[in-house]
Amino acid sequence: MTNRRDFVKQGTLVAGAIAAEAAFRKAHGLAPHTPEPPPPVMDAATRELMMDALNAAKMAGASYADVRIGRYLQNFVQTREQQITNVVDTDSMGAGVRALVDGTWGFAATRTMTKDGIADTAKKAVAVAKATRAGRDKPVELAPSPVYKDVSWKNAYTIDPWTIPIEQKADLLLKANASAMKAQNVKFVFSGMFFRKNERNYANTDGSVITQTIIQSWAPMQFTAVAPDQSDFQNRGSVSPPAGRGYEYILAQDLAGNAVKWGEEASQKLKAKPVDVGRYDLVLHPSHLWLTIHESIGHPTELDRANGYEANYAGTSFLAPPEKVLGKLKYGAPFMNVQGDRSQVGALATIGYDDDGVKPDDFLIVKNGMFNDYQTTREQANWLKWWYDSKGEPTRSHGCSYGDSWSSVQFQRMPNVSLMPGDKEQSYEDLIAATDRGIAIVGDGSFSIDQQRYNAQFGGQVFHEIKGGKIVGMLKDVAYQMRTPDFWNAMDMIGGRRSYELGGSFFDGKGQPSQINAVSHGSPPARFRNINVINTGRKA
Amino acid sequence: MRAPRRLIPIVSADGGIISRADSQAMIQRVVKMSAAESISVNVSSNETNNLRFAANQVSTAGSVSDANVAVTSAFGPKRATVVTNNLTDEALRATVKQSETLAKLAPDDPEAMPNLGPQNIRTVTAEFASTAGLSADQLVRAGLTALEPARKAGDLVAAGYLVAQRASNALGNSKGLFAYHSNSNVNYTVTVRTTDGTGSGWAGAEHPDWRQLDVAGVSARAIDKARLSRNPVAIEPGKYTVILEPQAVGDLVQLIGFYGDARSSDEGRSPFTKQGGGNKLGEKIIDPRITITADPFDPMVLAQPWDFDGLPLGKQTFIEKGVLKELYYSRFWAKKQGKQPTGAPTSFIMSGGTASVEDMIRSTPRGILVTRLWYLREVDPRTILYTGLTRDGTFLIENGKISRAVKNFRFNDSPLFMLNNLEAMGRPVRLAGTEAGGAVIVPPIKVKDFNFTSLSDAV
Repeated sequence: MTNRRDFVKQGTLVAGAIAAEAAFRKAHGLAPHTPEPPPPVMDAATRELMMDALNAAKMAGASYADVRIGRYLQNFVQTREQQITNVVDTDSMGAGVRALVDGTWGFAATRTMTKDGIADTAKKAVAVAKATRAGRDKPVELAPSPVYKDVSWKNAYTIDPWTIPIEQKADLLLKANASAMKAQNVKFVFSGMFFRKNERNYANTDGSVITQTIIQSWAPMQFTAVAPDQSDFQNRGSVSPPAGRGYEYILAQDLAGNAVKWGEEASQKLKAKPVDVGRYDLVLHPSHLWLTIHESIGHPTELDRANGYEANYAGTSFLAPPEKVLGKLKYGAPFMNVQGDRSQVGALATIGYDDDGVKPDDFLIVKNGMFNDYQTTREQANWLKWWYDSKGEPTRSHGCSYGDSWSSVQFQRMPNVSLMPGDKEQSYEDLIAATDRGIAIVGDGSFSIDQQRYNAQFGGQVFHEIKGGKIVGMLKDVAYQMRTPDFWNAMDMIGGRRSYELGGSFFDGKGQPSQINAVSHGSPPARFRNINVINTGRKA
Repeated sequence: MRAPRRLIPIVSADGGIISRADSQAMIQRVVKMSAAESISVNVSSNETNNLRFAANQVSTAGSVSDANVAVTSAFGPKRATVVTNNLTDEALRATVKQSETLAKLAPDDPEAMPNLGPQNIRTVTAEFASTAGLSADQLVRAGLTALEPARKAGDLVAAGYLVAQRASNALGNSKGLFAYHSNSNVNYTVTVRTTDGTGSGWAGAEHPDWRQLDVAGVSARAIDKARLSRNPVAIEPGKYTVILEPQAVGDLVQLIGFYGDARSSDEGRSPFTKQGGGNKLGEKIIDPRITITADPFDPMVLAQPWDFDGLPLGKQTFIEKGVLKELYYSRFWAKKQGKQPTGAPTSFIMSGGTASVEDMIRSTPRGILVTRLWYLREVDPRTILYTGLTRDGTFLIENGKISRAVKNFRFNDSPLFMLNNLEAMGRPVRLAGTEAGGAVIVPPIKVKDFNFTSLSDAV
């Protein structure tokens, strides 16, 4: 575990986030003192139902239990070209109870929000745990956590998207679509806005009682250019990242203004030169690199994966067993630091308290190039006690427990995992200028990685050929293949704090049954030497 | 105090899934609340019991029930949908009102189609008491068919997922349409790894009827594969003759379904776009031995026999003897192009042959046997070119025999290219591991020149 001092030394992301927040507010005319809505207040009836659930679980024999009562709202608007294709509002509310009996978990969930309904559900969770005991080997033991009684929290939204009329959202999208369609051969645009609002209430038998509200916003767009003779078509997407913010974030994206450029890029891709296969130096923009970080650092450093808990679906990890890699495996150059946190303002996984009732801390997954820590929950933190003891640090959860709905059992999910900026203040353009023969990649594209996170292949959205430190033209059909440790050890240049940007996924899947997590990844641009590039173009 | 060990039946606190009669009554009630020009109501419910295990022990088990009502109100070309899981009359009234408010504010959708009237929909019986009555104890006992032998062996680690589900889905509207479908389903998948980290084997099975699921057989297959896949050697990537087990075939071939939309073909942004204009209907696109259909009534399928619009679904033939016969026409696109709407299929069935996997191996001087594929992602939508990797059982075949385990490969290939390189096909089976969901029935196949582009160290 890292302390504050480490972060200050490495050029702290927290300070960066504060600066970014100030810049963000300035950019769309929110005065620094523009008040955000206050954190939520838990209503008495919800609190009482949660206490009923905990009591019923204890009476039925649970040694520990927690309950989540949540209301999960979604709003989405979808368009194509100059028309609306879908307007949907969803509202789901219910209670999930998790009970630990004799070291075995049981879970049950219901939408029947009555005293009897919730008590029956708690009893069912205990009954499931008792029945399942027959398959237990070692008992579950939870790492200690302070109790947080009657606390509340909200994320960084200022404008609740549910207060914005539908026609205003649609109008903004249709304007952006029209801007993009001015470009030659751009015939189709698909765009939309997705909003989530989670009102989450949590209580456990340790005594924590927590209420939180989270809003997440995203405006995905895709532009398609079609050759006049139908011999080719090219897409440009991945233009505007999702964020843990409100409608003010959508406004700040300037979709209509930027769509002109995005449409032009789709059009230019039709004329782009097919890439020659070979080895190139790659300059990867943060809008692209976030996904490579997600797949090749985010997922393999999940402790449940490393210990085989996801073997049947998402897979395991090359970072295993922990005792052979923690403090021993060199992930990359000494300037490489990767932070796990749930604290970056505006990031998707940012939260006050996790679904174990833990207040998450910031921790370094990669420290000075060496593999340093995994993502953990209360159940998992004890598995690494030997490691924390060896460093003289307390054994505690990093606060990565998350269930995507009241009806989903919580388990370990990814916090924000970010590549920290370098000490030297240099930009994306500086990295290009320093490169003799390479490809600069903007935007995430096709992505595929094996079940232990070794071998990956990534595409992108826009590919620029670099010669003699200058961009000389656009390429197409580009994908790079990599082996994770080799790839990160090939990173030789990294941008400074001012070049740091957040990207992220609105729909990251894991678990059985599959659950969705939204997570952000910050990074500066970075350069990677001598990477294998393939050409993906074929004839049907 | 401990409860006595006994059968603990999992009974839904919410009274199980919503019956046909209750669904119809609820739809009629909601329709009466409407002040819109037209209203469409979808009532769905589900009840799920699951068991997860990993690292040779249970990890989580759960029991979840939920129900949703989706209301779509329309005023001419304006419409909006609001969904709630609160089924009280008060909440439903608020939901109807909210959908009307949103619809009135929404810009026109010039492609909006009027609701369908009553349809002639036949029933598919897909609910089995054997599945509905499954207890948590039965689920654990099933899981023990993998856990116990793995623990006993000492050099194996098992991880798996067993889920039993019941669900209902109903659609009705102010024009008198009513459609209902209920089903049960059990899905079991298991991955067994060797403790030395060099071997991994996967197996799975799925069926609406619990009695048809050979749980112990699935566990045993995964264990055998784990042992056989130990200590893989690296061989050069390149083009190989490959025998794909049904799961691997399905992973790649079912992707064709995602590209079957007539509109995107006609608009020039699909693999079935014809250069110069129009689409490839009537053209030969894959090997003439292959036919691809959908049929909710097929006994191996038992899927919902109507689509999201309420259009009845019968047997549909998309590719017949290698020729593209049908693309998906939405009601709007069909009207615009002067065609019949096809309905959106709820199953995927590929025809097969008579060769067994063993026959295919025997006839192969040198090739690769693939258990399943993983992390498939689109690389080029113009050709359905995908990349992905082999996983959990990849073997070298030499002189008609499996000679040894090999390291996993990354491939870059298209199901269209692959099905033009066909050598042999076996008996179709229902898959357990379908990421897209729905019933997928495919055979094992043997193809030549499958394109492996790199090696992976992943086990």
